[in-house]
Amino acid sequence: MTVVPSGGRQLLWLLLAACLVARPASGQGPDDEFRNLLAELRDASFADKELIADRLIATGHMGARPVLTALLEDRLFIRQQDQHVFIVKSIGETLTSYELIDPVSLEETGAATPDELAKIGTNNRLRRFLRTTIARFALASPDAEVRLDAVKELLRSLDAPAIELLRQRKGSETDSRVTYEIETALALASLDDGDSAARVSAIQTLADRLSPEVRNRLAALLEKADDGSFAEKDEAVRAAAADAIEGIDTARSIYTGIETLFFGLSLGSVLVLAAIGLAITFGVMGVINMAHGELMMLGAYTTYVVQTMMPRHIDASVLVAVPAAFVVAGIAGVLIERTIIRFLYGRPLETLLATFGVSLVLQQLVRSVFSANNRSVVTPGWMSGTLQINDALAITYNRLYIVFFTVIVFGILLAVLKRTRLGLDIRAVSQNRAMARAMGIRSEWVDAMTFGLGAGIAGVAGVALSQLTNVGPNLGQSYIIDSFMVVVFGGVGNLWGTFIGGISLGIINKLLEPYAGAVLGKIFVLVALILFIQRRPRGLFPQTGRAAEAA
Amino acid sequence: MKLKCACLFACMALGTILPAAVQAQDTIKVGVLHSLSGTMAISETTLKDTILMMIDEQNKKGGLLGKKLEAVVVDPASDWPLFAEKARELLEKDKVAVVFGCWTSVSRKSVLPVFEKNNGLLFYPVQYEGEESSKNVIYTGAAPNQQAIPAVDYLMNEVGVKRWVLEGTDYVYPRTTNRILEAYLKQKGVATADISINYTPFGHADWQTRVAAIKRFGSAGKKTAVVSTINGDANVPFYKELGNQKISAEDIPVVAFSVGEEELSGLDTKPLVGHLAAWNYFESISSPANAAFIKQWKTFIKKGDRTTNDPMEAHFIGFNLWVKAVEKAKSTDVEKVLAALPGLETPNLTGGIARMLPNHHITKPVYIGEVRADGQFDVVWKTNGTVPGDAWSDYLPVSQDTEADWVKLKCGNYNTKTKVCSGQNYK
Repeated sequence: MTVVPSGGRQLLWLLLAACLVARPASGQGPDDEFRNLLAELRDASFADKELIADRLIATGHMGARPVLTALLEDRLFIRQQDQHVFIVKSIGETLTSYELIDPVSLEETGAATPDELAKIGTNNRLRRFLRTTIARFALASPDAEVRLDAVKELLRSLDAPAIELLRQRKGSETDSRVTYEIETALALASLDDGDSAARVSAIQTLADRLSPEVRNRLAALLEKADDGSFAEKDEAVRAAAADAIEGIDTARSIYTGIETLFFGLSLGSVLVLAAIGLAITFGVMGVINMAHGELMMLGAYTTYVVQTMMPRHIDASVLVAVPAAFVVAGIAGVLIERTIIRFLYGRPLETLLATFGVSLVLQQLVRSVFSANNRSVVTPGWMSGTLQINDALAITYNRLYIVFFTVIVFGILLAVLKRTRLGLDIRAVSQNRAMARAMGIRSEWVDAMTFGLGAGIAGVAGVALSQLTNVGPNLGQSYIIDSFMVVVFGGVGNLWGTFIGGISLGIINKLLEPYAGAVLGKIFVLVALILFIQRRPRGLFPQTGRAAEAA
Repeated sequence: MKLKCACLFACMALGTILPAAVQAQDTIKVGVLHSLSGTMAISETTLKDTILMMIDEQNKKGGLLGKKLEAVVVDPASDWPLFAEKARELLEKDKVAVVFGCWTSVSRKSVLPVFEKNNGLLFYPVQYEGEESSKNVIYTGAAPNQQAIPAVDYLMNEVGVKRWVLEGTDYVYPRTTNRILEAYLKQKGVATADISINYTPFGHADWQTRVAAIKRFGSAGKKTAVVSTINGDANVPFYKELGNQKISAEDIPVVAFSVGEEELSGLDTKPLVGHLAAWNYFESISSPANAAFIKQWKTFIKKGDRTTNDPMEAHFIGFNLWVKAVEKAKSTDVEKVLAALPGLETPNLTGGIARMLPNHHITKPVYIGEVRADGQFDVVWKTNGTVPGDAWSDYLPVSQDTEADWVKLKCGNYNTKTKVCSGQNYK
């Protein structure tokens, strides 16, 4: 990323800088010219649209920025009946009528149905161009977040007019984060300064910046040309740059380490979530439930159904889906227990085969009801995007929420087992069935409820999985092996073991992946697990005392 | 392991339900060998319906050689060994004249010996890795030079990509394609340090590490693109993760060879907008033939929201080529049909002509499309005219001297240097 003078467009940007200061008043401007240009958008190719966008800005019309913003955000439409261009206030699949804004006067001019409008499309190149263009406008935005994004955008394609704009902005900038980024940009620009003292001081400013742009620009100073001469002639400047790069690399590798740990934690919590229901049915009841994955699948499909029932409230739909999935999968679990498993207690092999059959039935059921195709589950707005901690570390929201969600589900489950009557009954029956019955506990009812609880938790896990992976008939199969692995590793019958086991398997997997690759990494983990089980057949946290003897 | 068992069970169940080829006099039997259950059912069921639609239409026109066509549908249930078993059943028991089938390369490799032993005829409709040309198989999907190489050319010349991530699922198609692409890129002067190749297992769902690595690889100051041969279900979490880690198509475009309209119809397309796909057909391409085909498909399947896709077009072409060959040979005998096929031409759906080549591949145009928010593609680039399919890649040292020609050489694996035909031996 070098600072290049941008030839013909330079004049344009100076004009733009001028019009940021003094915009022409509405009505006096060449409205007709603007309108004609807009009309050209209709049949233009993507390359032509870029030229039209340039000319739109050159008009200095106050509608230029809203029009280009709308074009970037897919909100610029043509009305079929009269072929006029309109900005649509907001779009959404659920809206039956779009509010129209006139691009010239910027006033609202009624509404139209989506069918009456045709969108003006963009492609990658045009979007990139528009984003940079709009960033230059956005420097004057009253919203600090918008300014921050704009400066970051300009940083990526720094040229002389952009530097000039940033220099002007720096004097009046009040937000410290924006100032920080502007300083980065100006320091990058100063690297081309003729004075080597200025270059060294610019490098000192850049030394604590972590963004890849800075790292690449500094590294470029140290590059040797073909004739053996350095791109940067001054040795002192080169030394400063080398120091700065070393510092940046150290900081970045620390953050990469933190990132890997978080990846491990998030994979681990997905594993825990998938395995925790199994920890109850397999761990506490001793039932090998091969249909566990399909119960998760039911939970994921419940999310889909909930979303189709409340398309206007996608953000809330996931929260509604959690209890709904618990109930659906729970009921399915109780039904499976009452109709099949209860006849097979104490016969693990037959249970295995029977539940395997159930899993096939459930898969075919969703194929018949929803078709074999994957269903589209929308990620709500609050779960998408990243939490940007700094230029080197960003954590995705959906993973973060799933980590929290796992902790909450685990906490609730522990509370149910430790603090409620049902939990007491479950523990009593699992420890000593005969004695529990003698004390007046209806062990059959407790069995059904325990299985239902485990199944319900699997359903809840399905809601989380619907945000990460495909919602389709095969969803369950991909998680069943991992779930059993976690439960066996953690120690059968021990919820804490499942928790610790899942998290540690996740972290080990993610630590191995960068070196061994995803395929080999998984194999290593499996082999290590088998060796571990040889040493400790009862897992990380074996059950001790009377419960172990009964099991 | 579990998957295999699942398929086996499903198959046994289905085998008893499906009527085993109702016997009728004076019909020509057409075998359909596509998975209707298991993981590949998503993609392959559509192809079965396409062939049924084509047969239906041909019968309305009065059949072929004065006989009605009769479909024999079997379900190999996404289970590769079962593909071979069902293929044998079609050829030996039902004595079908032709088979339209297979999707994954491993299923094709599995049925190959069966078709060669029984001298059957298979039309294979999916883009594949090349390095094969069997006497008994007609490849109507794209060879690497009809999809992967043009896509890389587009990125290199039009987008200015300098750094390449070749990301694939761990099986034969991505591994061979990436080997060809790596050789091609190096030939074009791309440094080894600017190519990163990585494989993940089938159905990989946790893409955090890989996407973070792609992000790091792409932040070296050179324009970077991902060439994705990621297959099937693993795509959705991959694109979701790209979206979440804020890698937009403007920064690091992903060009995919296995993501089409059908795959997109099952997902939230928001994170995919702007990413690329390379195919020989897009539903959004406007041509009279395509409009008619889409209308026919929607009427046949009785659902307005069903999409059409590239392998469907390949079956459309393949079926029409077969019909023409049978009419020309005045027989459904495999030897006569195979002799009649090379040189035949039939219109494709995008306004061009598909010609059958002596190497059992066809000519195809190549299109690059950008994903739109509605799950369709905007064509941003296309080749001038059609590209002839090349069975043996010119960019791999092992195959650059190999040629396939079933007309003059009568050989699918002929070494031009040593003048030796290795017969049906491909590896």
